[in-house]
Amino acid sequence: MERLEFEVECGSGAAAAAAAPVVVGVVASGNLEVLVEQGAPAGRCRFSVDTSVRGFGETWRAVVEDFAARQRPSGLVFSLNDAGATPAVVSLRLDQAVEEFRGARR
Amino acid sequence: MTRAWDSARRSRAARLERARGVAPGRWVEPGAVTALLEAILEPGDRVCLEGNNQKQADFLAAALGRVDPARVHDLHLVQSVLALPEHLALFERGIARRVDFSFSGPQAVRVAQLVAAGRLEIGAIHTYLELYARYFVDLTPRVALVSAMAADAEGNLYTGPNTEDTPVVVEATAFRDGLVIAQVNERVERLPRVDIPAGWVDFLTVAPTPSVVEPLFTRDPALISEVQVLMAMMVVKGIYSEYGVDRLNHGIGFDSAAIELILPTFGESIGLRGRACGHWALNPHPTLIPAIEAGLVRSVHCFGSELGMEAYVAARPDVFFTGRDGSLRSNRAFAQVAGQYACDLFIGSTLQVDVAGNSSTATASRIAGFGGAPNMGADARGRRHESPAWLRAGREASPRPEAMPRGRKLVVQLLETYREHMEPAFVERLDAWDLAERMGMANPPVMIHGDDVSHVVTEEGIANLLLCRTPEEREQAIRGVAGYTPVGRARDRRAVEGLRDRGIIRRPVDLGLDVRQATRELLAARTVKDLVRWSGGLYDPPRRFRSW
Repeated sequence: MERLEFEVECGSGAAAAAAAPVVVGVVASGNLEVLVEQGAPAGRCRFSVDTSVRGFGETWRAVVEDFAARQRPSGLVFSLNDAGATPAVVSLRLDQAVEEFRGARR
Repeated sequence: MTRAWDSARRSRAARLERARGVAPGRWVEPGAVTALLEAILEPGDRVCLEGNNQKQADFLAAALGRVDPARVHDLHLVQSVLALPEHLALFERGIARRVDFSFSGPQAVRVAQLVAAGRLEIGAIHTYLELYARYFVDLTPRVALVSAMAADAEGNLYTGPNTEDTPVVVEATAFRDGLVIAQVNERVERLPRVDIPAGWVDFLTVAPTPSVVEPLFTRDPALISEVQVLMAMMVVKGIYSEYGVDRLNHGIGFDSAAIELILPTFGESIGLRGRACGHWALNPHPTLIPAIEAGLVRSVHCFGSELGMEAYVAARPDVFFTGRDGSLRSNRAFAQVAGQYACDLFIGSTLQVDVAGNSSTATASRIAGFGGAPNMGADARGRRHESPAWLRAGREASPRPEAMPRGRKLVVQLLETYREHMEPAFVERLDAWDLAERMGMANPPVMIHGDDVSHVVTEEGIANLLLCRTPEEREQAIRGVAGYTPVGRARDRRAVEGLRDRGIIRRPVDLGLDVRQATRELLAARTVKDLVRWSGGLYDPPRRFRSW
């Protein structure tokens, strides 16, 4: 196991209004679970990753930075429970999670 | 001195004469087949030991493996597939020396080892059509050992759903004074239909066990991932719908199975019915059943068959090509021609793609060959008939408006940026280069050449290579969908954004896709059992695909 923490700037958007946390995905081989909730300062987002595969910190950083630039999830905290997902799966899950979170809030 | 014009015919007569001692009639006891082969074969003969993609003349292969190498040696095999351990054993024993073939998937590692050990010489690795073509030019078999389901007393053959290569092999051999020996599963009074006439067959034997057929084209929907669903949505919306692709061929794999399974759901919702995905060159994929049942698919011509699909196919004669007996008639040679000339699109996966778009399934320790993908995954430059998809692809590829207009085939490479175990699918240099060096080939074994590829689709988006005007643009378009692989991360971000502005790279959001829809819920069938249900109970999956 490896634990990775990232905090990323994602524009000056206001922090999302309070909403219930959202979970998408499952912890199964090649997959991962993402929990989204409030808790980061406006203009920033945080990621904490528990992964079963060591040594891909640089790739994780690139994936979450691109996600932050794409979705601007200001004020949100993402907890990821990874069981060896590829970057493709991680990106899809993050996109699905933030869309779910916003959808649930609307 | 006058020249003899019938030396092959006289050689045939001499061989038949030698055979009389072993086999007085056309029907040969299984135990006498090895002696028959020793009687008719001569060292150096060209032999087709029917090895199809699916059906195998496995009994005849084993019988050939038992000949005395002092009598029969240095044979030259000319056959599409090297699939069985028995095929390779011929080289280990010195019975065969040289091979011209197309595909060796299951034996790829052993082929490479035998080449390295100097026991196997490769003439060339072909595509299917190329090898069949050479049967009629310079690689005509002297002896063909073929496989059929049944024969009647006269010797007519019934090949059943898995006809595959048999007609092309027998045609070439029988009409150039060669000899044809058939193994059959059973001898019957009356055949359901005649696939090969008795006059083209010299000897027959009833194999002690039925010939092996593997279910190669069954993909369990339960194993399709959400990323594959997302990529399928991109293909269906960004390519099938936009170009109006009505005639197509799918490579085999979970990526393309996902496309087949979202046609009745997502495809229907964006209005594909009646204007796309109507006509197919395809094996009877079980995952196509929902699209057939939903009425999107109008016709399918098959290379071979698929275990478990017999009753379903027989019940859908408007869709499939069937005989008077009702069962499927497949024919690999004709289906390959159909895939090459009459289809507007080929889509397939691969192991590696380089920054020029060349793709390969070769690695340094495997000689896997090509099969049929290069025939279908290439622009058919002899094509002249028009279709909307072909014309639009041609317009997009045309560098100048005043140039002579010409259509183009859509050739799509569909792949996730990382394969399992975090192996990047995009590479700066294909492993095929190393293999070519080790094996002394002049050209690296490339499956699909970059200049034939029209689109590369990954989970990150679609790169339309037709619209690229320079090699540099193509390279950035490919890097721009290569995800977090080293090739993808070495992209020029500004150039990639420029390509996106011009519609050369399109992300899911650019295609108007909602990624929340990319779940397994979108699959019309999520299990093999769902496929059985869609088929009204007609599809009978092999045991290994049954979980109930």
